Amino acid sequence: MGTDPLLAASVQGVLQQLVFGLATGGIYASLALALILIYRAMEAINFAQGEMATFTTFIAWTLVTQVHLSYWIVFPITVAVAIGGGIAIERIIIRPVERAPILTVVLVTLGLFAVFNGLSGLIWGYTIKTFPTPFPVRPVFIGGVAIGIQDLGLIAVSLVLLLAIYLFFSRTRLGLMMRSSALYPESSRLLGVRVGWMLALGWGLSAGVGAVSGMLIAPITVLDPNLMQAVLLYAFTAAVLGGIESPLGAVVGGLLVGVLLALVGTYVPGLQDLRLVLGFVVIIGVLLFRPGGLVGRAHVTRV
Amino acid sequence: MALLELEDVVAYYGAVPALHGISFTVEEGSIVAILGANGAGKTTTLRAISGMVKVGGGLRFGGRSIAGRSTEEVARLGIAHVPEGRGTLSQLTLLENLQMGSCLRHDRRGIDEDLKRIHEHFPWMRQRSGQVAALLSGGEQQMLAIARALMMRPRLLLLDEPSLGLAPTVVQSIFRIIRTINQEQGVTILLVEQNARTALRTADRAYVLEVGTIAVSGTGDELARDESVRRSYLGY
Repeated sequence: MGTDPLLAASVQGVLQQLVFGLATGGIYASLALALILIYRAMEAINFAQGEMATFTTFIAWTLVTQVHLSYWIVFPITVAVAIGGGIAIERIIIRPVERAPILTVVLVTLGLFAVFNGLSGLIWGYTIKTFPTPFPVRPVFIGGVAIGIQDLGLIAVSLVLLLAIYLFFSRTRLGLMMRSSALYPESSRLLGVRVGWMLALGWGLSAGVGAVSGMLIAPITVLDPNLMQAVLLYAFTAAVLGGIESPLGAVVGGLLVGVLLALVGTYVPGLQDLRLVLGFVVIIGVLLFRPGGLVGRAHVTRV
Repeated sequence: MALLELEDVVAYYGAVPALHGISFTVEEGSIVAILGANGAGKTTTLRAISGMVKVGGGLRFGGRSIAGRSTEEVARLGIAHVPEGRGTLSQLTLLENLQMGSCLRHDRRGIDEDLKRIHEHFPWMRQRSGQVAALLSGGEQQMLAIARALMMRPRLLLLDEPSLGLAPTVVQSIFRIIRTINQEQGVTILLVEQNARTALRTADRAYVLEVGTIAVSGTGDELARDESVRRSYLGY
């Protein structure tokens, strides 16, 4: 008895969408992680996170297409520029409002959103650009299923990035100092830690992670000044899904959102164009029914 | 030699003065206690030393002025401050709490030695090193806070009410630890306390603060024996 060719085709289709979902999900997870890095230190969402990433992606685009450097050389350069830029933004723009009410900080990040969006448009224009992909476009066959090498590459880069961040925060002294500064600024100061610089470093790291997500998403969509706006919404969805404070939650949330959007977009008629709305629905749903998120960092306290 | 000198120090919380010009010295290698009722300015005195409040007047540590320096700078000069509420890094593990104490040191061997000594002294800190500090009892948190401060290898240790909220037997062991640190490691200690009886038994010298000024000073023995001091300031 042979297998039903229709069934085989649909199973193959689902698997392909699953891999594509994990690939985009990894990117959402990265940007969600960038949001969380700042949220944990300031309890404010950096609404400019996406636009900062778009700006650095344009820098990468210039280096790749105008200066003709290899993508894998441009990659670390762009990350370094982003880290430097993030540190500078914190020191110059955020520091004066560091102790201000959260709403002030949020408004400043909204201002940064407008500034970076405008700058990108001013420098590179609003016409759509293509970002050359660093991965081969042909598929590989795994167990008879055609999987895009690009998708696998995106998953691999996201995994390496997330692992690197995890190791940095859990295994290094600087990572420990940054965590302590974010959670206990006063106590950390008493131990001699320059808490202000730790916060700046957090912004730098966050901008660096954001830059990676921009460089990963641009090759599979198109590049224009609004590149990251939808991505930021999905990243925010991922962060809320993961309980907003938990890095692990953000990763799980990002992958879930990626897979959900890929499957729903393909298999539920009419929802392809409503994916943004779906993001909002998930956010509202989580906040209503499970405000701690799926993973939800357990606050351990002794009473 | 005086390790710490305060000369006519004034401190403000906003517009409200909390210290009205206090002067005292802490000799190198000694244990000094500051006593007084709630609101007398004990905590503010320590916060003034650590640059956590705006101060006027002279503040010298090891001969150099520390007035107007930031909290982290003062800490880097060798002053470890265990604040009110113990400053526990409660969502970090016990080991991470101790590592934060030594986070600015570069003498790897010295750090390992200090950690080993602390673990020998407090075996439960090794056994529970992966637990988050929030799970510790009050007394354990106080011991962890002191251990974390020692990981800084400070010259001066500031302790803000180490006995607060602890059972009498735990208070006794905390003060035993304080004496051991002072005698074996030569760390100078300045502590503020409401528990005058225990503090006077431990301290080489004591000052009684009353609404922002120093009312009485003397050796621990002198203050403990002085009937009028006991009745009017220490309440026992």
